[in-house]
Amino acid sequence: MEIRVQNVRKEFSRYPALHDVSLGIRSGELIALLGPSGSGKTTLLRLIAGLETPTAGQIFFGDEDASSKSVQERNVGFVFQAYALFRNMTILENISFGLKVRPRATRPPKAEIRRRALELLDLVQLGGLDKRYPQQLSGGQRQRVALARALAIEPGVLLLDEPFGALDAQVRKELRKWLREIHDRTGHTTVFVTHDQEEALELADRLVVMSQGAIEQVGTPDEVYDRPNSPFVFGFIGESSSLPVEIENNEVWSGGRAIGLPASDIAAGPAQLWFRPHDVELVEDGAALAGVVVASRRVGGTRRVELEIGGDRQRVEVDLPFDHPAGEKTRIAFRPRRWRLYPAKG
Amino acid sequence: MPYDESDVLVYDSRRAPEAPDKHLRATSEAAWVRRSLIGIAVAFMLLVLVLPLALVFTEAFKKGFGVFLESLADRHALAAIRLTLLVAAIAVPLNLVFGVAAAWAIAKFEFKGKAFLTTLIDLPFSVSPVVSGLVYVLLFGAQGLLGPWLQANNIEIIFAVPGIVLATVFVTFPFVARELIPLMQAQGSGDEEAALSLGASGWQAFWRVTLPNIKWGLLYGVLLCNARAMGEFGAVAVVSGHIRGKTTTMPLHIEILYNEYNFAAAFAVASLLAMLALVTLVIKAVLEFRFGEELAATRRH
Repeated sequence: MEIRVQNVRKEFSRYPALHDVSLGIRSGELIALLGPSGSGKTTLLRLIAGLETPTAGQIFFGDEDASSKSVQERNVGFVFQAYALFRNMTILENISFGLKVRPRATRPPKAEIRRRALELLDLVQLGGLDKRYPQQLSGGQRQRVALARALAIEPGVLLLDEPFGALDAQVRKELRKWLREIHDRTGHTTVFVTHDQEEALELADRLVVMSQGAIEQVGTPDEVYDRPNSPFVFGFIGESSSLPVEIENNEVWSGGRAIGLPASDIAAGPAQLWFRPHDVELVEDGAALAGVVVASRRVGGTRRVELEIGGDRQRVEVDLPFDHPAGEKTRIAFRPRRWRLYPAKG
Repeated sequence: MPYDESDVLVYDSRRAPEAPDKHLRATSEAAWVRRSLIGIAVAFMLLVLVLPLALVFTEAFKKGFGVFLESLADRHALAAIRLTLLVAAIAVPLNLVFGVAAAWAIAKFEFKGKAFLTTLIDLPFSVSPVVSGLVYVLLFGAQGLLGPWLQANNIEIIFAVPGIVLATVFVTFPFVARELIPLMQAQGSGDEEAALSLGASGWQAFWRVTLPNIKWGLLYGVLLCNARAMGEFGAVAVVSGHIRGKTTTMPLHIEILYNEYNFAAAFAVASLLAMLALVTLVIKAVLEFRFGEELAATRRH
């Protein structure tokens, strides 16, 4: 189902949590709401679910205005970070809950409910655990039960609030892959909230990067990673380094020298240069950025060094091959291969 | 060459591990300090808690089992027992409903005046029961605020059963609510939200999710509430009027008997109340043993 969020604003006791947010979610896509804590991503998800009501604005499910509908009427599958499984019910009872509470007219017969619950239990690869209680399962298993329970009501849209946030790294990676498979198999429109950029980049068709109650950028993982439209997005997604520079004569200057980077579509004056530490080339001579190594550490297959650049001792990080002989105080000259320039604030 | 297993042991030069408790003890007090502290605590408990309880039963049976039964079968004693049961039967269910409602409101919702409501719930704990009784006399008594109107309509509250029930409800109000609020706050409203998102109505969420989640804490609260409702003296004494056989509950009846130097009868009835306390304690202990985890979130009284 297609979802449209239109100029939604949400205040909690007069403190704004979301300012004027608009977002279109395509039918069948897997979309991630990504941002630091306090960015409003969970609030947006809860607004879509109907667990909160917007202070202003509307939310459409398809062509229907769902803003005034209760959470029950919206028919959403919601998965909570803390699982929220019913501890007094077995796994099977948990999964069948949504069908059992339906009014008699729309409630399937008992045998049918049981059949469907067992089928879902198989889908989440927990067949045979139907008689267990939630406390007897591991965190990863509980979250799978929670997903099965949400899927049982045949929701129009699946909403997940930091679904893997409470799990350890290994389980998180497995479940990530597995969620993608389930999504591809069932085709539900799925929105999930995460503060883990790696998770968002790996899992989602599109990302919604949020900060301070507003949407910063919406795009595919490639778009957001390669063409971040603001310093915030550049800094939040992936590794990054930044340096204050000057723009003059369509060139980037640092410390009074041109550093060999063209700058065409930005006004002259102070600016901020952003690049990825791994996306640099070391240069022997010619115009470049140069700095002195002040710290170095091994990161996976490369060596990440911290460089002090220029008289005002700006620090940036770049990656060197792990066998590079650079030590403390070594002078290193480099140029970013890809970079972005943003006008300096103020 | 094959060798006997015992040979190996003979040549094992490792020293046997030392007793672990030598190094693992958390406190470093000398043995005599520990023993005397424990001794003081035990002696104090024996003197203050166990001895009086034992005395109640010895006094009750002092003149023989026959006298004991006779005192309980007394017309006024039976009336007092009936009244006590009646008051508890009204006050406890009322406070069960009030307590769950108050705890639900406080734990699951944000609203103005929440802190005030929380304080209000604790009020009966902090006010002397005699004062609570007096408030009702001032409100409903003959010279009270609503007295003339009540008299005109022939409604008896003070010096009658309704007054006793009101005073008991007031005094025992906090037990259920206080037991449930921390429990429900610790549980949060995630489960209820999950139920609602799955299509359950508010009532369905309450009966199928909230209530099962709090059932043991609730039972515990009801137990304490009941013990207090049956044992309450101060507030009830003020509003009852001590009309023998009519408005005396068990605690009041005991006092009357005692003031008449009828010790055997007084202690016989008292032993019934003490039995109630013991039964409550046993059930409480069993609950804690079986469902300690669920009750752990609640504060102890």
